[in-house]
Amino acid sequence: MPNKDIIVCKDIKKAYGMGETMVVVLKGITFSIQEGEFVAIMGPSGSGKSTLMHILGALDTPTSGEYFLDGKDVSKLSDEELADIRREKIGFVFQAFNLLPRTSVLRNVSLPLIYANMPKEEREVIAKKALTDAAFPEAFWGYHSNQISGGMMQRVAIARSLVNNPALILADEPTGNLDSKTGEIVLHTFQNLNMTQGKTVVLITHEPYVAEHADRIIHIMDGNIVTDEKNHHKRLARNEKDIPHDNT
Amino acid sequence: MTTRDLLEETYSAVTVNKVRSGLTMLGIVIGIASVIALVAVGQGSQASIQASVDSLGANLVMVTPGAQATFGSGVRAAAGSAQTLTPDDATAIESVNNVAAVAPEISGRYQVVYKANNANTSIMGTTPAYLPVRDVSIDTGSFFTDQDVADSNLVAVIGPTVLQSLFAPSADASATPDMAIGQQIRINGNIFTVIGVTVAKGGSGFSNQDDMIYVPLGADQHYLLGSSAYLTEVDVEASTQQAMTQVQSDITNLLLQRHNIANAAQADFTILNQASIVSTASSVTGTFTTLLAAIAAISLLVGGIGIMNMMLTTVTERTREIGLRKAIGAKKNDITLQFLAESVMLTFGGGLIGIVLGWLAATVISIVTGVATSVSIPYILLAFFVSAAIGIIFGYYPARRAAGLNPIEALRYE
Repeated sequence: MPNKDIIVCKDIKKAYGMGETMVVVLKGITFSIQEGEFVAIMGPSGSGKSTLMHILGALDTPTSGEYFLDGKDVSKLSDEELADIRREKIGFVFQAFNLLPRTSVLRNVSLPLIYANMPKEEREVIAKKALTDAAFPEAFWGYHSNQISGGMMQRVAIARSLVNNPALILADEPTGNLDSKTGEIVLHTFQNLNMTQGKTVVLITHEPYVAEHADRIIHIMDGNIVTDEKNHHKRLARNEKDIPHDNT
Repeated sequence: MTTRDLLEETYSAVTVNKVRSGLTMLGIVIGIASVIALVAVGQGSQASIQASVDSLGANLVMVTPGAQATFGSGVRAAAGSAQTLTPDDATAIESVNNVAAVAPEISGRYQVVYKANNANTSIMGTTPAYLPVRDVSIDTGSFFTDQDVADSNLVAVIGPTVLQSLFAPSADASATPDMAIGQQIRINGNIFTVIGVTVAKGGSGFSNQDDMIYVPLGADQHYLLGSSAYLTEVDVEASTQQAMTQVQSDITNLLLQRHNIANAAQADFTILNQASIVSTASSVTGTFTTLLAAIAAISLLVGGIGIMNMMLTTVTERTREIGLRKAIGAKKNDITLQFLAESVMLTFGGGLIGIVLGWLAATVISIVTGVATSVSIPYILLAFFVSAAIGIIFGYYPARRAAGLNPIEALRYE
């Protein structure tokens, strides 16, 4: 059974400014991602990967070209329509976690459902399941987001990206603010969600080591795709309990 | 976002920085409290002026000799000093339609002596009709009768202030009315017997009816002013409030006719009714209240600007949070509503505290200074809505600014 396309990009171009000061950031990007894939988009800073991520995440629209997300053309939608798309189809994970401070873990995870007008009882059930899926320990559910460690904060953010049952989880440098050990745990969480639940994950990173955890790696340089190939040396991240504790 | 979620989000946002929220609210608290307190003072003084005008007597029409002051009339004599009203005029007024009672009056200030005490006070020569017309009642003893007036009997009824100044046994002991009844006092050298004491009215202003001695009109004429035939005032009680205008114009016509004056502008008497005194007084206190309210409104405006300032700071501080909310699907309206709710919650809370404080302040003012205050429910409701409106007006611009942020730039904001 052929898998359904979640992302279809056709000749996407993005330019900022006008006339002589115009800067072309994306120069014609074409690729597609199927349901259940784990794709890493790699590139150095200034390559256009952030701009591409904003377009994939429906935060911005391309100057030209077409972008279909889960079968829907989102390249020409208004700001308000883009907000609907983000709420219904996308789960974001950011480098800086972006949790609400002085707010409980549970409420942070429920936030997207609050904007979807879901009743409290219903959304708490979903949020608790998402926290479990993101391997966030139950003992900390009632803690405030500023009372837990960075690795835990990122798992809260992952849980938050899951609650709306998105077509696509978009992670922008999710390990950028973490040490290698907690970074590996976060990557394990993504791999686990991808392999056991079939979630489509797109990881934006500039670190080859992080990208090697994906099934497929797309290299971007100067606004063009340089390579787009299957990763034959996929690294499997270790789970928390498999990483030896250091006693420092 | 449901209303309950909105309230929860707003409450937690406002309570995150309690000191700052508190200080911002303080501006509104002071504004609303001063509106409530100052308007209470204004309305209280209006009410007390109204009460003291009412204490003159119900449905009162006052006729005094002397011309009305008009533009360009130059020097005019003080009211009561002109000699144009006669007892016959007073008798004639009794026949006017809807007149319930007429009290002719001659008054003047004289020295009054009882044993070693003496006082300088108003002596009012009048008839028993004075009691209902000026709403005076007797505490102890009795008022003089029409027979006393006819016979020019040397009897006197004294007010409570006179009672104290003449009959108090020592500086720190007060006199009881019984001590005065039957005693003889000298007024301008003539001996009068005290037969009654009036109830204190607490009046002040136009004429203090507590500091007064009432004597029969005939006696006054014969023994105090020689045989003067002119009255200083005629007080008329109209039978109903609605009839006052008619009574006033009928008396004017009657007296013009009796004094052979063709042009009403040259009348040698003045007619005032209670309603016109009330309306003059309340226009003065109304201006006073408006002035106080305007001052208070300025402080409210300053409080509102404080709210706007704080909300703008908040929006800047929470740029990343706004970016995150937009990234996970919040629409412009969601963000606008959230920040508007925060400013309204601040102003509404400030308004509530301000109402309570203003009420307390009004109570303290009336206890400490003795100025009457009255806190009115319409003003409280007004303060309520004004404080909510301030939240919306001054919170709208910061909220729109938050809603208009570009999510990409907001997420990147350091």
